[in-house]
Amino acid sequence: MGPRFDLMKVALACLGSPVSEGRTQEILQLLDSIYRAESGRILATLIHLLGDFELAEDAMQDAFIAAAEQWQRDGVPQNPRAYLVSMGRFKAIDSLRRRARFDPFDERTAKQLEAQSGSIGVPEEACIEDERLRLIFTCCHPALAPEGRVALTLREVCGLATEEIARAFLISPATLAQRIVRAKARIRELRIPYEVPSPSELPLRLNTVLQVIYLVFNEGYYASCGVSVTRTDLAVEAIRLGKVLKHLMPEPEVAGLLGLMLLQNSRHTARTSSGGDLILLEDQDRSLWNRDEIVEGLSLVEQALTSRRFGPYTLQAAIAALHSEAPNAAATDWAQIAALYRVLARAAPSPIVDLNRAVAIAMHQGPEAGLLLIDALLARGELADYHLAHAARADLCRRLGKTAEALASYDKALTLTRQEPERRFLQNRMRELKN
Amino acid sequence: MKYVCLGYIEPGKFENMSETERNAMLDECFTYDDVLRENGYFTAGEALQSAGTAATLRWKHGKVSVTDGPYAETKEQLGGILVLEARDLNHAIQLISKHPGVKAGPWEIRPAADLTGMVRESEQRRAKAKRQTS
Repeated sequence: MGPRFDLMKVALACLGSPVSEGRTQEILQLLDSIYRAESGRILATLIHLLGDFELAEDAMQDAFIAAAEQWQRDGVPQNPRAYLVSMGRFKAIDSLRRRARFDPFDERTAKQLEAQSGSIGVPEEACIEDERLRLIFTCCHPALAPEGRVALTLREVCGLATEEIARAFLISPATLAQRIVRAKARIRELRIPYEVPSPSELPLRLNTVLQVIYLVFNEGYYASCGVSVTRTDLAVEAIRLGKVLKHLMPEPEVAGLLGLMLLQNSRHTARTSSGGDLILLEDQDRSLWNRDEIVEGLSLVEQALTSRRFGPYTLQAAIAALHSEAPNAAATDWAQIAALYRVLARAAPSPIVDLNRAVAIAMHQGPEAGLLLIDALLARGELADYHLAHAARADLCRRLGKTAEALASYDKALTLTRQEPERRFLQNRMRELKN
Repeated sequence: MKYVCLGYIEPGKFENMSETERNAMLDECFTYDDVLRENGYFTAGEALQSAGTAATLRWKHGKVSVTDGPYAETKEQLGGILVLEARDLNHAIQLISKHPGVKAGPWEIRPAADLTGMVRESEQRRAKAKRQTS
């Protein structure tokens, strides 16, 4: 993902330095690779040390620039990361001092930070990992608006720029910027502590984090609106975040979520035709599925299931695993899938889970059984505006030869979908039926 | 990325401050401008003379017509322009939020448009036209 590291700016800072150009290039490349690998951790550490997102961001940039100048002259230090954190802290204090004219609070903060220098020193490996965890939990705090959590996480944890995030969600940069401004303000207002939740709070808080990650993945994997079915970057970002979280917090549900995302993402290439059209699971060319992601995903699902402490994400992953393991659509174990949906409905009841279960039952027992369930669901009203419910109903009616009803349901689905490829798919189906 | 930041202020507000207030405001603003420069965020900037000194040109009935005064007939008028180099929109917002000028009136932040592609195509067209006429 595009780093926010401005190589140009650093290069300019090195202009006119007495060191050779080749050496400059070497250092810049090294810094670039350090940025890619470490910036997340460095930022998290600085946020903890400095207690402020924005101060930390500026401090990190300043640290990299200072490194570019100094390493050319004095050589690369033993522990580059420690250097950067240290330098970042130093630059922040410096900057606070300069700003202190506007805000006496800055002067006081600068003094406090300086006083800490003896006691804290530079955090070790394990502590740095904790930093990222603290950051993730803070950004996903339940007191923040849901869309604020997503925006803040993508910017502060994943390092995406405001414009990149806005583009991915198809909203204006200003709207997204405001979400981030509000989220940061709320953290300040409510004095949300920058910490990993206590064991008693952890399950709920972890769930909020998983929700954010999965929301990002879904937005990327199954774009809710716009001209393409998948917006790859977000899906990849979510998986990356999931891996970081799993590394920091090896809980079964984290493994489950990561497994789910990998298994779903493995089908990415097969889901759309070259023309950008939607290809249903049953029609996908399974040779296009990513084997590595499937292997990794299956292993994670197994890991999570064996723990016996799993939850809804692991169950969804188990369902995805059954699809991934089937060599072709006909070989799919629909009975198992339907059973898993029943368990899922108890663990995390939702009309959408019920819908998916109805579809699985239709595959296992025949369209009539499924149609009965879907009609009952629609009668309850919750799925009235959910386009996939009507599309599923239409499909079952189509299989039962109830053409008029199928057309009516496809039509209803059309009015509700906001995605171009989906629209085309539904229109095609209607055309086929009419002929 | 470049952001053009337009600072607006109600006409007369600045002039009607007491000398102490005005000097304090100027000192704060200039000091912050320096901070922006030192950190490499400041690309360009201009303070503007009052809106009354503006001239507005329009193309009317096949020729240029000049009127006294600014284009926008709004309560707040453009008082100054800052061009910033920032990491992204939120960074630009953060930088301007801390500008003492924000207390004086609204600021509009607009990302600069990258016309490199358009400029290149235009150059190609103009070069072609030149070759054809020579």
